[in-house]
Amino acid sequence: MLEGSILSRPVYDVLEIRPGRLHLMVADAEGAEAILDLAASAASDFFARAHVIYIPKRAGDKFVAKLEQLAPAQLYVGPSYEAALPRLRRVLAGAHMGLQVYLAGTEGLVGQAMFEATEAGIPHSAIQKEHRGSTARRVQCVHCKGITEDVTHDPFQCAHCGLHLFVRDHYSRRIAAFQGVRVDAEDPGNIPESVERFR
Amino acid sequence: MTVIFKEETFHDDFTFRNSPEAVKRFPFPFPEDSYMYSVNLEPHKSYRPGSVYERTFDVDEHYVSEMRDRARVLAEDPLRCQSLPHMTLAGWDLLELIMTSKAEEYPELFELHRDGAKWHWINRPLGIEQKFTFLDETTLPCGPMEYITRQTQGDFAVLDQRDDNLWMDAGMVTTQADWSLDFDIGMNFFEWHAPVPKAHEMGIFQRALKFLLNVQQGSPARRLNWTMTVNPLLDTSPENYHKWGVMKKDLTLENMGQMMHLRVELQTFFRLPRSNALVFPIRCYLIKLDELVTVPKWARRFHRVIRDLPTELATYKGFVTNRPKIVEWLSRYDDGAPTSPGIWPD
Repeated sequence: MLEGSILSRPVYDVLEIRPGRLHLMVADAEGAEAILDLAASAASDFFARAHVIYIPKRAGDKFVAKLEQLAPAQLYVGPSYEAALPRLRRVLAGAHMGLQVYLAGTEGLVGQAMFEATEAGIPHSAIQKEHRGSTARRVQCVHCKGITEDVTHDPFQCAHCGLHLFVRDHYSRRIAAFQGVRVDAEDPGNIPESVERFR
Repeated sequence: MTVIFKEETFHDDFTFRNSPEAVKRFPFPFPEDSYMYSVNLEPHKSYRPGSVYERTFDVDEHYVSEMRDRARVLAEDPLRCQSLPHMTLAGWDLLELIMTSKAEEYPELFELHRDGAKWHWINRPLGIEQKFTFLDETTLPCGPMEYITRQTQGDFAVLDQRDDNLWMDAGMVTTQADWSLDFDIGMNFFEWHAPVPKAHEMGIFQRALKFLLNVQQGSPARRLNWTMTVNPLLDTSPENYHKWGVMKKDLTLENMGQMMHLRVELQTFFRLPRSNALVFPIRCYLIKLDELVTVPKWARRFHRVIRDLPTELATYKGFVTNRPKIVEWLSRYDDGAPTSPGIWPD
């Protein structure tokens, strides 16, 4: 579960069925469970109007067969968010009134897909987001601007510039990332022990 | 008033100094001997001739050097100036506000000639002359917000107003107290203030937002904010924190007077006419402790404020480690005598 936090941090809810002409679902890893839970209360023809984009990550094959059983009109299982992105953008670009967007999984996935949806002009009221699974963070290094995915430890080493960064709670929706700041800026070399804060 | 512009630097050799006249007009931010957050907003009206409150956009002896420092920072990091696509009109509003104010209030330094949309701008201190068409971006060397804020001291946050909130959708930010425009762009008022301790719980931001949403055209508001900075760095950005943070270690009782600076932000708020955006200039004034203690009232009061500041605030403002040293140094200038109310020297 996510801890309570500061006001720049997004608030997540629990996905619920909403009336719509097309239901676009984007999920990663345990986010699949949110879609499966949603299916429990869905009408029999609901998934005939659904397009599911799923990135299993560490969940592997665990949920894929169950998602197939839902028989969505379109099901895409991809190797990474980056790989799925052109498809997501294409779907959003072709969206009509009545599109409902359901985002579920890690904060990194939900945040990035949220940004794509709002950039495409989808109103906030048509987007739901639910956090499931890992609390690992997507963190932007404030110094070099490089983004490190799935950060579990604090402090951690920036994957781009190599500085040791502490992870702030301050969150940018546009970047869909938390902010990382050099931990030993005032006392170079004095790096506290790295602790697993996000699982 | 004739301003003599100084040649000085805000990096490397740090030759920045205040003249005695500049010290006298420094916006000392403490009206009493202690400090806590408050919504200390007041109308931005001209008063006290010679003070930083006299003109709409104060131009002082540091103008030319500050603009050179801004150009240096922007060359290193162009992300310090950004404007989301819907904010261009607000940029023109801001350009108009600054050009008309400066030309009217500093006729010896700035001129603006307008013939319909054909404008002719002369900035004497920076040696700039520009003919352009108002609202036509192709006639300026860069966007209107960037163009005019490269010629105006202080950072600028341009805030879009919608959904009963303010959104930081454009800005020029090179003289900031440790916040990142690149990270915060697109955030609303509560989001970009999220890291500030205590003030949310005190209801400060809710009240401030209510006030700011209602700022009317022609009735700007202002407030002061402050922190402390080791070395006269205008650019204390998080982007460069790994370069300036280490300087805090060099502070000693011997170099305190020259190295430690009180950093005061004169924040003003103007409603813009076409875009209904709110522009939030954040003007940074620096003063060395050696300069500050030449005013006995300020020396006494500043000692008491720093000594008694809640730890959380000293931590947030980034000087908690150096505080014992700062207090020890300042205590030499505090004889315990009472101080008069208000911020001005006796």
